[in-house]
Amino acid sequence: MKPVMITIDGLRVEAEAGAPVLEAAKKAGIKIPTLCYLKEINEIGACRVCLVEVQGARALQASCVTPVSEGMVVRTNTPAIRQARKLNLELIMSNHLRECLTCHRSTNCELQQLASDLGIVELRFAGEMPPYDPDLSSPSLVRDPRKCILCRRCVSVCEKVQQVGAIAPQERGFNTVIAPAFLDPLGSVACVNCGQCALVCPTAAIHEKDQVAEVWAALADPRKHVVVQTAPATRVSIGEMFGLEPGSVATGKMVAALRRLGFDKVFDTDFTADLTIMEEGSELLRRLEEGGQLPLITSCSPGWIKFIEHFYPDMLGHLSSCKSPQQMFGALAKTYYAQKAGLDPEDIFVVSIMPCTAKKFEAGREEMNGSGHTDVDVVLTTRELGRMLKEAGVDFNALAEEEYDAPFGITTGAGVIFGATGGVMEAALRTAYELVTGNSLVSLDFQEVRGLDGVKEASVNLNGTTLNVAVAHGLGNARELLERVKSGRQYHFIEIMCCPGGCIGGGGQPIPTNREIREKRSAGIYRADASMPLRKSHENPAVQALYKEFLGEPLGHKSHQLLHTGYTPRDRH
Amino acid sequence: MSNGCACQSQVTREHMDEVDRLIAPCRGQSGNLIQVLHKAQNIVGYLPREVQLKVAEGLDVPLARVYGVVSFYSLFTTVPRGRHKISVCAGTACYVRGSSQLLDRLSEDLQVRPGGTSQDGEFSLDVVRCVGACGLGPVVTVDDDVYARVHTEKLSDILALYTKE
Ligand code: SF4
Ligand code: SF4
Ligand code: SF4
Ligand code: FES
Repeated sequence: MKPVMITIDGLRVEAEAGAPVLEAAKKAGIKIPTLCYLKEINEIGACRVCLVEVQGARALQASCVTPVSEGMVVRTNTPAIRQARKLNLELIMSNHLRECLTCHRSTNCELQQLASDLGIVELRFAGEMPPYDPDLSSPSLVRDPRKCILCRRCVSVCEKVQQVGAIAPQERGFNTVIAPAFLDPLGSVACVNCGQCALVCPTAAIHEKDQVAEVWAALADPRKHVVVQTAPATRVSIGEMFGLEPGSVATGKMVAALRRLGFDKVFDTDFTADLTIMEEGSELLRRLEEGGQLPLITSCSPGWIKFIEHFYPDMLGHLSSCKSPQQMFGALAKTYYAQKAGLDPEDIFVVSIMPCTAKKFEAGREEMNGSGHTDVDVVLTTRELGRMLKEAGVDFNALAEEEYDAPFGITTGAGVIFGATGGVMEAALRTAYELVTGNSLVSLDFQEVRGLDGVKEASVNLNGTTLNVAVAHGLGNARELLERVKSGRQYHFIEIMCCPGGCIGGGGQPIPTNREIREKRSAGIYRADASMPLRKSHENPAVQALYKEFLGEPLGHKSHQLLHTGYTPRDRH
Repeated sequence: MSNGCACQSQVTREHMDEVDRLIAPCRGQSGNLIQVLHKAQNIVGYLPREVQLKVAEGLDVPLARVYGVVSFYSLFTTVPRGRHKISVCAGTACYVRGSSQLLDRLSEDLQVRPGGTSQDGEFSLDVVRCVGACGLGPVVTVDDDVYARVHTEKLSDILALYTKE
């Protein structure tokens, strides 16, 4: 479409036809305040803090839902506009539980920021609080309707991006609340715990379940040997909690920071990511040889696992039986590592630092006790780790880089790329290619499976047989790919990640997380990979030693007991 | 508000089959949600959890959306209707002549909130907007019978006509 010319605050601006006035203004360097708007996901004009004056229109218009048109004359900063925006925000604030000093989102809250930006220093109205208590039923998330401004961003993300539809506006008028059907507790419905809702919530009305206190307690307990693992995607995002540019690779600083907190050993989930490639790769080759169920679909992402259990239970046979890397780590920490270090597994406390809220749920699944103990004791999100470090007074940016501990700190670039969509596939292809063909890869970069396209496909020649693979991230895209499988499209191997962008866009990552930031974190992941001396999982010497000393062989008896799992069909609602 | 509890479910097999037949031609058509819910309520009398579930499955709409619609529109109810349906007119004419006192009194006597059904399942109580008999206000209807110029004292006599012998 042809661009249009409009005038904003006296400036002549070229704008994409049909774009909201808000975006045109942004391009011209004019920032219009917003609260409910989420580009291309939630454009509903609900909050009305983005009001502008459009010449010829009778009333002020919500600029997030007003498309530009040729010759349009817009004003964004008149006394009437400022007053109307303020009034609308004050009304929103009037029945909001304003407890910023003790709030999870304080200093990272759009409502708080906006109140400050609009110069609201006094509230003219005091309304009643919404008549609902916080919902603490979910192992991953807390909903607090008293802090909800009914912007519906969470609903749009859950329904459109994830296509789960666990929550929606319920009741009407003053009783309106964002909740599951029948106001059921979130922990009892088909919510996959992905936390994408928490990621887009402008306030603290949905946030991760905070388990920092449990970790402090373990660290303070002299009987506990507390080990920590860090997921691939956390190294390119933790820096954001301390003002670093998104995608900054902060691996060494994060390791140092975790030592400052008092962890006895600092390990890397990348190690068990490498191990996953050995197990899952063997599973793929076995299914190919023995005519097992294809396509094989990856199982690293607990939000995805719960999704398929709820919505495609008839396809569970496609899932790899591999536990996620975090759970493999827990099982090995309390067996192999306990033995090696001469520790009683009872005394080992495993903490995971994850970009993910669904991992909290996963750690609590009752089958996750292959070690004879709870494999993973507590899962903290990247955000929680950031808060912990602040509480401890760790000056993150000033830390000198440190190295992970052996043996679970010895990793490869293949483990790192698990953090981005397509990474598991790429890591698997690197290993499968070399093991099957016996040749070394000339280039390790499988570009076709990288990037943020929703569904990616590629074909790889393995000694004369063509391996068809596909990758999806975000559950809406996962659905599309599953439908392709159902309609008969032939794939051998599929990677699915629950969150848009893969784990770098996980529900436990720093806020904001948007497309631009996802791209930056993803670039960080591939930079980290490129800088590793080893970049193929099968070349990881610590993984090789693990098989030699303890596991025997991939898919062997011990692996089966510790590293593999089963799934549960669940109801759709 | 109702928790949609189905413990006092009165939904019969026949009703459920009829709902199935209603949904069949609309499979996967989320745009028909309100219409289908309306018809389902006409069949069953109300919209308990199991019926909402069926509609969600059939139209391929998240259950959270279905309940969202049901709990938003006052025309939908999630509790079974009583054997007799009492409606109190809240149109302007009836209101100024005291229909709200009638409503309060009925609520109290039957121990039921507007939109609800009495414990014994005999009466459900609703508020309606103008029944078009403004000259006769305040108006109360019970099933298909219209009562004009009702006083609070007359209520018990009216109800007595419908109470089980
Ligand atoms: S959600 Fe935001 S505005 Fe509300 S109490 Fe928390 S920090 Fe303050
Ligand atoms: S965690 Fe995911 S599935 Fe659950 S309500 Fe939030 S967006 Fe929906
Ligand atoms: S929970 Fe958050 S995202 Fe959802 S409607 Fe409320 S304020 Fe908006
Ligand atoms: S941002 Fe435009 S109405 Fe909310």
